[in-house]
Amino acid sequence: MVTPKQLAQTEYKYGFVTDIEEETAPRGLTEDTIRWISAKKQEPEFMLEWRLRAFRHFLTLVEKEQSPKWANVHYPPINFADGVYYAAPKKDQPASLEDVDKELLATYEKLGIPLEEQKRLAGVAVDAVFDSVSVATTFKETLSKQGIIFGSFNEAVQEHPDLVRKYLGSVVPYTDNFYAALNSAVFSDGSFCFIPKGVRCPLELSTYFRINAAEAGQFERTLIIAEEGSYVSYLEGCSAPMRDTNQLHAAVVELVAMENAEIKYSTIQNWYPGDENGVGGIYNFVTKRGKCAGDNSKISWTQVETGSAITWKYPSVLLQGDNSIGEFYSVALTRGYQQADTGTKMVHLGKNTRSKIISKGISAGHGQNTYRGLVKVMPRAADARNFTQCDSLLIGDQCGAHTTPYVEVQNSSAHLEHEAFTSRVSEEQLFYCQQRGMSSEDANSLIINGFCKEVFQQLPFEFAIEATRLLEVSLEGSVG
Amino acid sequence: MTQQAATIERRYVEAWNAAIAPSSSDVPAELHALRESAIAKFEEVGFPTARRGNEAWKYTDVAPIANAAFEDLAPAAPVRVATEALDQHIMGGSVWNRMVFVDGHWVPSLTSMPTLPPQVTVTSLAKAMALHPHLVRDLLGRYAPYDESGFTALNTAFLRDGAVLIVPHDTVVEEPIHFIYLTSSEGQSSVTQPRTLVSMGRNAKASVIESYGALTDTLSLTNAVSEYVLAEGAQLDACRLQQHSGSAYHVGSAQVRLGRDSRFTSGAFDFGGAIARHTLSVALEGEGSECTLYGLYMTNHGQHVDNQVLVDHIAPHTTSEQVYKGVLDGRSRGVFHGSITVQQAAQKTNAKQSDKNLLLSDEAEVDTKPALWIYADDVRCGHGAACGKLDDGALFYLQSRGIDEAAARRMLVHGFANEVLEHVELTPLRVHLEQLITASLRSSRRPS
Repeated sequence: MVTPKQLAQTEYKYGFVTDIEEETAPRGLTEDTIRWISAKKQEPEFMLEWRLRAFRHFLTLVEKEQSPKWANVHYPPINFADGVYYAAPKKDQPASLEDVDKELLATYEKLGIPLEEQKRLAGVAVDAVFDSVSVATTFKETLSKQGIIFGSFNEAVQEHPDLVRKYLGSVVPYTDNFYAALNSAVFSDGSFCFIPKGVRCPLELSTYFRINAAEAGQFERTLIIAEEGSYVSYLEGCSAPMRDTNQLHAAVVELVAMENAEIKYSTIQNWYPGDENGVGGIYNFVTKRGKCAGDNSKISWTQVETGSAITWKYPSVLLQGDNSIGEFYSVALTRGYQQADTGTKMVHLGKNTRSKIISKGISAGHGQNTYRGLVKVMPRAADARNFTQCDSLLIGDQCGAHTTPYVEVQNSSAHLEHEAFTSRVSEEQLFYCQQRGMSSEDANSLIINGFCKEVFQQLPFEFAIEATRLLEVSLEGSVG
Repeated sequence: MTQQAATIERRYVEAWNAAIAPSSSDVPAELHALRESAIAKFEEVGFPTARRGNEAWKYTDVAPIANAAFEDLAPAAPVRVATEALDQHIMGGSVWNRMVFVDGHWVPSLTSMPTLPPQVTVTSLAKAMALHPHLVRDLLGRYAPYDESGFTALNTAFLRDGAVLIVPHDTVVEEPIHFIYLTSSEGQSSVTQPRTLVSMGRNAKASVIESYGALTDTLSLTNAVSEYVLAEGAQLDACRLQQHSGSAYHVGSAQVRLGRDSRFTSGAFDFGGAIARHTLSVALEGEGSECTLYGLYMTNHGQHVDNQVLVDHIAPHTTSEQVYKGVLDGRSRGVFHGSITVQQAAQKTNAKQSDKNLLLSDEAEVDTKPALWIYADDVRCGHGAACGKLDDGALFYLQSRGIDEAAARRMLVHGFANEVLEHVELTPLRVHLEQLITASLRSSRRPS
């Protein structure tokens, strides 16, 4: 039988370092750093101004010591003045996939994202972000025929400044929170996606994020706009090398869905979680928010969070349009010394708005897992509906599972239900499986996958397989 | 602390210097030392403010209480008590044991103990300190820490009297003991600081009711603190009934310690008050201890009722259940924060929690926050929260049977409240509560 201790020792499979020449910003965080990044990106004036406004706001927050302290996570204070805020592979921007550095392509292949392969087979258009810059986008031409803009944020700033100007910060303003302010000041690249009116995006769009440089933080920004009646499914994956220092990842994702539009956003987050003693790992402090701006629009978040030393992340939906729908499906796994404080916010503003929250937390080893969620029904939101279920599974007696939902209702016609349950894998279920000839490992794996099924069902097919495998690998030898 | 805030707290310190400090020789030295350190603490921490990050007071702004210009911060014993006004608080006729406090002072003439076993002590705090100095010294202020909450510090600082119940081991008190705390406010707005201390010996059993109310509809603040300690195998049924007038503010906290295999049942009923906030904190310290906590809050007009229920499972094999329900009408606001903590040693814990709210008006608001903090793995913990309006289908069904809409609504609300009321074992209390529910529904405006 395998003990919970062994779980913490399961190795992180994406922990290699790519030996590639990188160009980094000078260490430190001043207005000059911001100007340096903006100049490097050859950004138009409005971007620099916006960054500087965000930076000045960030400084006031630092001065007032307003970094978020309410989450159930513990870490030493971060010295923001002593970081590297930009790192990029040194080669010039590649014109096509063929020009991409061979080392880089090999990295992505190791990660199981063969860009070449996918081009032909999988039908997934991938935008890969390496440290701070986007290195390759596949299927660009196929998409542009339909009027879809999909590529790096940087390109969008150059080629579609009006769109960027209109929507940047419209869902997550730089004044939103501490890390959103920091991101707005120093963000380096990310993905940009625009689906025109009435277009159903024929491919699953995907971005793969990788942190490689030793000391740099990664600050990317994703903006997705779905015009009237359009549909897009977007996937995001992440990984990082094993290092014994903590690295900061502070991203911002903004989604805008107009009338009758639908955005489906899926994440598999597998940043380096630190070693078995809790040394190293990524601090994943992310702000994700979608706005159902038009009537009958829909935004759905699905996340599988298995990595990072600390996860601080609340993908949210502002249900502004009448009859709009917000969904949140999450599996969060903490093991070793990982800490996760994650959940969602559903803000009901329009009439007949509906939201659904399904959150599954798994804690093993010394992991601490917190679900934190808010469902808010504003006075105008007549007939709002919410259903929330957040369950936790405990593996081993050193871990913790916590649930802190907030429900705020200001309209009497609202109908809200919340339920949560916490326990360990039941002896009866295990006994039943083993009695039918299954090994203890297989029985546990079956039960845990069953626990997560409702969430995995929401993932696109390829991702669902990857998520199931990732969970199996992560929990290997942890239960029994 | 801002300049303005400092002056608010300063008024209380000055009142303390005038009313409490001179009486230092009337009470045991330890008690006065406790009061001195509590007033210093209050001056330091002050009233809780709704500032950023003050999670415990997120939904309740106590600025109206802090800024209220109460005329009498340490009222003297009342000269005369209008007994007719007392009637609405009396339950259990001539059978129940009763102790009445007005403006924080014990009124012996209104006290009767017809069915109290001789070995049981029910007395005022002042007398208890003379009779059982050790017991009081060991219990008072021990479980209600005043270094975290400004309100508890204030109560401890102004401690002059209170109710004490000591049930020795293996003693069963058949009939309930009813503590009634009233404010008389003879024309003046005032602040009173009731205190209740209950010590249950090994295998002792009793029922206690704390009633809070006002004899006149004057601005007042009642700031209550209760401490309950249950030894091994003890059983206590404790209800709290708050039926203040609409101009009263009520802040209270109860600290409960449960010994091995002890059982604690609590009912919390809030009907009155402009702002009412109560914290019930239960520590399951002994293996096999159990608690059942239920509550009902019915609010109307501009009332604000906040219940904080904090359950801490410290020992293994402990069980807890929370069932709270709210009926909110008018522009009122209901707040519920229920927290279950399961410490690492508390394996085999079984904990349940639920908060359900019925919104009867479009202007009412509810904020509920049921939380689980679990550090042990072999546990079964669940919680639920729900919020909605009266079921249109059920209303239609009743109307189709010839019941008019207003009566149908009342029936449905009664049915909703009944899930809590059916926990109430004392018949006189249940009848009293049903009357309060009916009265509360009658007073509310109904859209036609």
